[in-house]
Amino acid sequence: MIEDFIKNIEAEFEDLEPGKLKPESNFREAFEWNSINALILIALIKTEYNVSINAEDIQKSKTVNDIFTIVKSRM
Amino acid sequence: MAIFSIPGIRLAGIAAAVPRKEVSNYDYKWVSVKDREMIVKTVGVEKRRVAEPGTSTSDLCYTAAEKLIADLNWDKKEIELLIFISQSRDFIIPSTSGIIQDRLGLPHSCVAYDIGLGCSGWVYGISAIASMMSATRIKKALLLVGDISTLTASYRDKSTYPLFGDAATATAFELNADAAPIHFNLESDGSGYEAIIIPDGGLRNFISKKSFDYKKHGTGIYRTRFQLALNGIEVFNFALREVVPNAKKLMQEMQKTTVDFDYFVMHQANLLMNETIRKMMKIEKEKTPYSIREFGNTSSASIPLTIVHKLREQISTRKVQLLTSGFGVGLSWGSVAIELDKVVCPEVIEF
Repeated sequence: MIEDFIKNIEAEFEDLEPGKLKPESNFREAFEWNSINALILIALIKTEYNVSINAEDIQKSKTVNDIFTIVKSRM
Repeated sequence: MAIFSIPGIRLAGIAAAVPRKEVSNYDYKWVSVKDREMIVKTVGVEKRRVAEPGTSTSDLCYTAAEKLIADLNWDKKEIELLIFISQSRDFIIPSTSGIIQDRLGLPHSCVAYDIGLGCSGWVYGISAIASMMSATRIKKALLLVGDISTLTASYRDKSTYPLFGDAATATAFELNADAAPIHFNLESDGSGYEAIIIPDGGLRNFISKKSFDYKKHGTGIYRTRFQLALNGIEVFNFALREVVPNAKKLMQEMQKTTVDFDYFVMHQANLLMNETIRKMMKIEKEKTPYSIREFGNTSSASIPLTIVHKLREQISTRKVQLLTSGFGVGLSWGSVAIELDKVVCPEVIEF
């Protein structure tokens, strides 16, 4: 469920206002994207879903939903 | 899969030496104040020890070894094996091990050689030293492991500069029929060799004028080809993929679980990576000591430095079961399960 995915992200990134992040949100804008945030997202996806995503996956994704689609396809 | 155990070898003592000079990542002016806070909080490195120019890894190893030999009250004539493991040797030619053998005043009958490994160095080194002692019956041996990484990190590379600190260690081993066996699970995957690399300076890309040109590799990332390049995401994924199965497989072979170990000591890669591995291993925070906040990622020295810094009192007064995992440059990784029973362990030495 993408709602759970968003909840997990909100729990991990304290600066994020709850309810602000939507499936169609551009995560690079929502997060003040940097390489450390990328690692936090990778760690979250690995621990919560036991799925590995790489730099290329992140590069070709734009929205939260794009990332979640990749995660779902590997679960 | 290289899973094996070696009986009859006792870890007699551990010492660690670090440069006196301390720098704080709060003062790292190449990045914004917010980024500095994020480095401290997420990467987990607040302070790092930095060697002065001219100081080499062997200086730190020598300092740690001298103190350890004195505290052990060992006769130097009996030390007939010395292995030096590092990615930051004194010279391209010759090996560093001989230089330290001579400086320590060890006999000519001492076998001395280098092994080129980084983050997995201590774990691999114990396997090399214990195997050789077991086969040769050499009675006393020194494993010298450490790195000076700050010299080859670019100040204008935020992906490496705030991460690394300098440190070196000495670990002493002796033949002892009553010692508990040491258990290993060691693995390698050279297909990832470019993930952590200094591209120029070896024979593949011999040093040239171009080796010193600064190039941009991303926002806040400028470095030369004679400086360390780190593919953070690739290393991160590698560690999350390999370390937990490696350590679990070792425990399974030993018919043990995490409850049988007093502490899980990991290579201090970065706090986020280590904490993710710890959670995947389902090991309590109290059983997972860190030195990364005070010393940064100290490459090959990080496991023994963490043991000396955080477990000194425990290992010198009682029997402690340790599970340790080293992982990184190579790519090379492995775990070792080892019992430390009232070993000699001086406080971290400043050089």
